[in-house]
Amino acid sequence: MEHLLDIYRSMFTIRKFEEIASRQIVDERIRGLLHSSEGQEAVAAGVCLALDQNDYLTSTHRGHGHAIGKGVDINLMMAEIFGRVGGANKGKGGSMHIADSKVGMLGANGIVGSSIPLACGAALKAKIMGTNQVAVSFFGDGATNQGVLHESMNLASIWKLPVIFVCENNLYAQSTPSDYSVSIENIADRAKGYSMPGEVVDGMDPLAVFDCAKNAVSRARDGDGPTFIEAKTYRYRGHFLGDNPLRYRSDSEEFDWKKIDPIPKFRVFLLEEGGATKDELDDMELAINENIVRAVEFAKKSPFPSHEELEKDVYDNYPKDQLNRAVSSME
Amino acid sequence: MQLDIKTPKSGRLLKYSQAQNEAIKQSMSKDESVFVMGEDIVGAAGRSEQGFSDAWGNSARWTQGLYDLFGPERVLDTPISESAFVGAAIGAASVGMRPVVELMFIDFVGVCMDQILNNAAKTRYMLGGQLGVPLTLITRIGAGVGWGAQHSESIYSLLVHIPGIKVVAPSDAYTAKGLLGSAIMDNDPVVICDHKKLLDLESFVPEADYELPIGKARVSRLGSDLTLVGISHMTNICLEAAEILETFGIDVEVIDLLSLSPIDTDSILKSVSKTGRLVVVDEDNPRCGMASDIISSVVEKGFSLLKQSPKMVTAPHTPVPYSASLEDLYVPNPARVVSTIKDMLED
Repeated sequence: MEHLLDIYRSMFTIRKFEEIASRQIVDERIRGLLHSSEGQEAVAAGVCLALDQNDYLTSTHRGHGHAIGKGVDINLMMAEIFGRVGGANKGKGGSMHIADSKVGMLGANGIVGSSIPLACGAALKAKIMGTNQVAVSFFGDGATNQGVLHESMNLASIWKLPVIFVCENNLYAQSTPSDYSVSIENIADRAKGYSMPGEVVDGMDPLAVFDCAKNAVSRARDGDGPTFIEAKTYRYRGHFLGDNPLRYRSDSEEFDWKKIDPIPKFRVFLLEEGGATKDELDDMELAINENIVRAVEFAKKSPFPSHEELEKDVYDNYPKDQLNRAVSSME
Repeated sequence: MQLDIKTPKSGRLLKYSQAQNEAIKQSMSKDESVFVMGEDIVGAAGRSEQGFSDAWGNSARWTQGLYDLFGPERVLDTPISESAFVGAAIGAASVGMRPVVELMFIDFVGVCMDQILNNAAKTRYMLGGQLGVPLTLITRIGAGVGWGAQHSESIYSLLVHIPGIKVVAPSDAYTAKGLLGSAIMDNDPVVICDHKKLLDLESFVPEADYELPIGKARVSRLGSDLTLVGISHMTNICLEAAEILETFGIDVEVIDLLSLSPIDTDSILKSVSKTGRLVVVDEDNPRCGMASDIISSVVEKGFSLLKQSPKMVTAPHTPVPYSASLEDLYVPNPARVVSTIKDMLED
């Protein structure tokens, strides 16, 4: 029962966070890109629930759900989107790079496919040092056409790395439909070419995702190597905030996917079969809403990074006069 | 142990690649987070049951013997998948390892540039300092051996340009060992550029585990008429040119740059304040390169020190040609350095 509520809490938090963050970007005229994962919550929630806090995760430009699932503090996330020094990355990364090493979130990544080998590297560390950790790499259908995914799958397979490749197939790479750009119907079938299990799972069903991920995680921990999971899902918003998806897909398609929205569907399941009460869920939703509103307040109260931050964190150790040469000659 | 950058005049002679081999063994012995991977690092990977082990020890032999000493977990042959294994090294480095990875030739940087540019270089900054990338990337540079346009470049300027990356170019066995030792223990990504023509050259190398400071140049020859800056193998070309110039009564100071990012501009300025003249010899292509970078720094910071316009002797703005007759024109040589300097001084 508790893990069912955890899944719902996670999905509802992601949905509300995306909604409120999107509104804030517009209302507060924040300069930045935001890629909403609304519609895909069941994948992030289901996979992350199968992980321990010290397991590793790498993510994509659409990474808020993965961060929330992995346990990154929403105050830090919101402040990061606001570009404030109290943000997860001191305001220096933004929505597309949110990370929190304390909970194993190694970072969202703005280059499609680029973070996949990083997860292999984290898994390689776990294997060399015998720590029993696993690493998950989230990516979209678009990334499955990048060479680096295929290289990484091959590497993970020959070295039996404890890594789980999770493809969130939301049917679109920006505006390009996957039935145009991907050469195969089920992307998971590509796993055969790298001698690893390739599972197709309903990405709108958090329990199905959780079960699938749990098996993959235990395979990885047992030393049996990587698994590829393709979660069929859908993003309800455009590619980025401001992109109107109806320019490249029909409203009837959106409507069909919204009929199977994982959040109201799972709520009904919890009430009818999960032993939850309406009051309990209402209270939870109210509390989540309040937490996110408080995260906005937290973000607004946090100052912008000081000017010294411009040249900090480029290196651990580097002569300062070589970082600010251009700046000093401008002044 | 940190040593000064000098030129030992006695002791034990080692080849450049042997000195690197010693550095990596010492680093792996003292720190279990150090591991090595790359193409043919071991050679005949996994064929020990057939009696094969350490077949290659990598194409430059700096990894020879590591497999038997440290085992398959820490000495990994990779598939020819530069994006995957450089990326994996970055990932491992960000969670506490100190990987030493070989990119066989700097030309291959094109295959995995995304990992270097977008992950190795930017992780610390864009994550607000949460994670660093203590990665050592060893790569080979240099023309003059007939390997053609895709195995001969010295395009380290591409990497020097990237904030977040450090780049060094040792010039002998002593600096090769010390800078490799420092690179491995450095908390930032460090690219080591090894010139093919240096790998078999011997110099005096202490047996102790030592490090040399990254970011410091070495005065390889004292002189008073002109400052000649060399990078990697070009330092040897500069020293040869200096010998020839001495017969013409021209007294040249040679600075061995060693570190390209960060760069020891102070040592160059100090020398120029004495000589008033500057020539930079660089095997890289000329545009947006080290030579133009050094000259612009000296002009910007020390214009009043200069008696004459500085010059650069570099490769042309072309790919590396194959034919020996053309390749010999491509690589800066002592004769070109000598004539450039004589022209300046007779001006």
